[in-house]
Amino acid sequence: MHNLAEIIYQFLAGRFGQSALLEPVFTLAAYLIPCIVALSLVSVISGLLTYFERKVSADIQNRIGPNRVGPYGIFQFIADGVKLLMKEDIIPDAADRFLFRIAPYIVLSSTFLAVIVVPFGGPFIIADLDIGLIFIVVVSSLVVVGFLMSGWASNNKWALLGGIRSAAQMISYEIPAALSLLTVILITGTFSMQQIVMKQGPWPWDWFIFHNPFTFVAFFLFMISGLAEINRLPFDFPEAESELVSGYNTEYSGMRFGIFFLAEFANIFVSASITATVFLGGGNIGLDPYTSGIAPQLFMVLVFFAKVVPLCFVTIWVRWSLPRLRLDQMMSMCWKYFIPLSFSCLVLTALWLLAFNGNGVFWRISG
Amino acid sequence: MTEFLSDEMVLNMGPHHPSTHGVLRFILQTDGEMMRRAIPDVGFLHRGIEKIAELLPYQAFMPYTDRIDYLASICCNFGYALTVERLAQIEVPEKAEYLRVISAELTRIGSHFVGLGALLLDLGAVTPFVHALREREVYNDLMESLCGARLTHNYVRIGGVSYDEPPGFREKTRRFIDHIEYEFLDEFNELASFNTIFINRMKNVGVITAEDAIEHSLVGPNLRGSGVKHDIRKNDPYSIYNRFNFDIPVGHGKFGTMGDCYDRYWVRVEEVMESCRIIRQALELMPETGPVRTKLPRVFKPPKGEIYVRTECPRGEMGFYLISDGGKNPYRLKIRTGSFSAAAMIGEVSQGVMVADLVTIIGSFDVVAPEIDR
Repeated sequence: MHNLAEIIYQFLAGRFGQSALLEPVFTLAAYLIPCIVALSLVSVISGLLTYFERKVSADIQNRIGPNRVGPYGIFQFIADGVKLLMKEDIIPDAADRFLFRIAPYIVLSSTFLAVIVVPFGGPFIIADLDIGLIFIVVVSSLVVVGFLMSGWASNNKWALLGGIRSAAQMISYEIPAALSLLTVILITGTFSMQQIVMKQGPWPWDWFIFHNPFTFVAFFLFMISGLAEINRLPFDFPEAESELVSGYNTEYSGMRFGIFFLAEFANIFVSASITATVFLGGGNIGLDPYTSGIAPQLFMVLVFFAKVVPLCFVTIWVRWSLPRLRLDQMMSMCWKYFIPLSFSCLVLTALWLLAFNGNGVFWRISG
Repeated sequence: MTEFLSDEMVLNMGPHHPSTHGVLRFILQTDGEMMRRAIPDVGFLHRGIEKIAELLPYQAFMPYTDRIDYLASICCNFGYALTVERLAQIEVPEKAEYLRVISAELTRIGSHFVGLGALLLDLGAVTPFVHALREREVYNDLMESLCGARLTHNYVRIGGVSYDEPPGFREKTRRFIDHIEYEFLDEFNELASFNTIFINRMKNVGVITAEDAIEHSLVGPNLRGSGVKHDIRKNDPYSIYNRFNFDIPVGHGKFGTMGDCYDRYWVRVEEVMESCRIIRQALELMPETGPVRTKLPRVFKPPKGEIYVRTECPRGEMGFYLISDGGKNPYRLKIRTGSFSAAAMIGEVSQGVMVADLVTIIGSFDVVAPEIDR
């Protein structure tokens, strides 16, 4: 099992030798370095995504978009971050100060935890947990706690409505999302993200999206419920700027708001990378990710991002072209259509595997 | 917790809420997401325009009419000028009449674009709003070439208009309306109007029957959305509107019930097309040369008397009730606007809907806060 913390520990122990004195230092380094890697990945990726979103939306709306800071405005996200850091940090008088302060970090930490098991292609994964996929499903529901906390702690009715909406929405859409991921688990028989990638192949007909008709449906179900999970239009109810002013983050300003923002964009990336890993073969180029040389390994990373970036683009594209659903329409869509559909996908995939001995649809065609 | 939820929650929406279109306030009594009542609280933008009219000479009041409805300033100019002209029996030159109609109809297009775009913005679709404003920019350029201003035009004068058309104006206007009618509206409808999510948000929401609409004296597109075929341009033609051939679009329950939000929206889209038709005919018929303004005496004093003139503004019937005592200032000027009755109606129809629907309803009435308060 691949684990960055363990590799660092082994490396340090091999380099400086085993000793009782140095062991706590090694352990600390072994746990701290992966954390720093994950956190910087989250912030850089979500920063670049904000730039990407602003450019894409500008293109959709016949505007130019950011073009002042750095070449083509690429450093705009850094300027934004600096601006947010320098803003006055306001906590409303009547707010629950403790909850108000920790809510953004809970939201961010869930994203941050999810990044740990994302395979970036090749051996580049922070920890390849046995329960990888389940882990993502579990930690992503932590976001709800953060949203509810911020909504409640702000002591603002609009924020409270936003928090309650987010709880209702994210708990509902967790079910179809998890069920559609389970259809793939039936095929692989493992939750490990690296194993899921390795069981697919480099070509589209090796991917699980085209394994059988039901995984194909599950792919779209996951894409849409993923949009709801990460609160993007047409499901941005917790924020719903024109209805709830700004929803759960109405009272937040400065870097606390920035952290919510960071988490939102990191969530886009996490959602896209889960889709790419589970349904589109991740960074698989037909070679073993651990034993092949550095050049093929970097190519795997390239392949992974070549799949993730278009998925992020779709998320942004959808946001800038669709209006928002209404709360009751969103709920009935989930409970009346998505959950039955994803559940039948799960059962029918199981039957398919039983009938065709675990083989996909292209195995039938090629004989 | 349960008793808290069954309790009424009073929410204060506005005056600086993102979707209250200017400074408009609603006091919402809600039960969670369900709304019990919405009480409109107007008056934040009251500037005493009617009182100002009593303090100024007749011509000097013209720039203030721009501010009644800043999205349709020409239409307000037009109504006021018409009122004074009818009272003083001033003849308006032929060419000025055409220029007035063309600019007023262009303004209607520009105003409806903002209304349609803002409604979509309230529903979370940002892009159609930006696209609509992009087209409105061309209208702004046209008006700038005509009178030098981009928002508060102050173009119409008592007895005519301030300037003649600049060279190339007809050609540019024709290109603009061709683009709107044949290209832009199709694209806009494809992007926004016929979007399934949008239709589901709009249909069967905020239904107003024809009787209700008449009873609450709704006017303009809001009244026509309920299926009542009433347009001052046809029913009581003023200026030269009787020379043009155009239809009055009415709501007929395109996707849901007659008189729902979608009908009010769709009436506006169709009105843009009708305005294009009027402009096209007016550009054909407009004389090449001729005076655009009647000379008025330096100290203008209309005869003693009173008059009520109504015109069709983008937000419905706008009436000017003018009393003159023969002096150089009006004795009293009362302005009747469409948004005022619409704002009252919002409170009526928003009982028992969801908070999200209230936003849809406010947007579908296309109220402009300064027009409510004046």
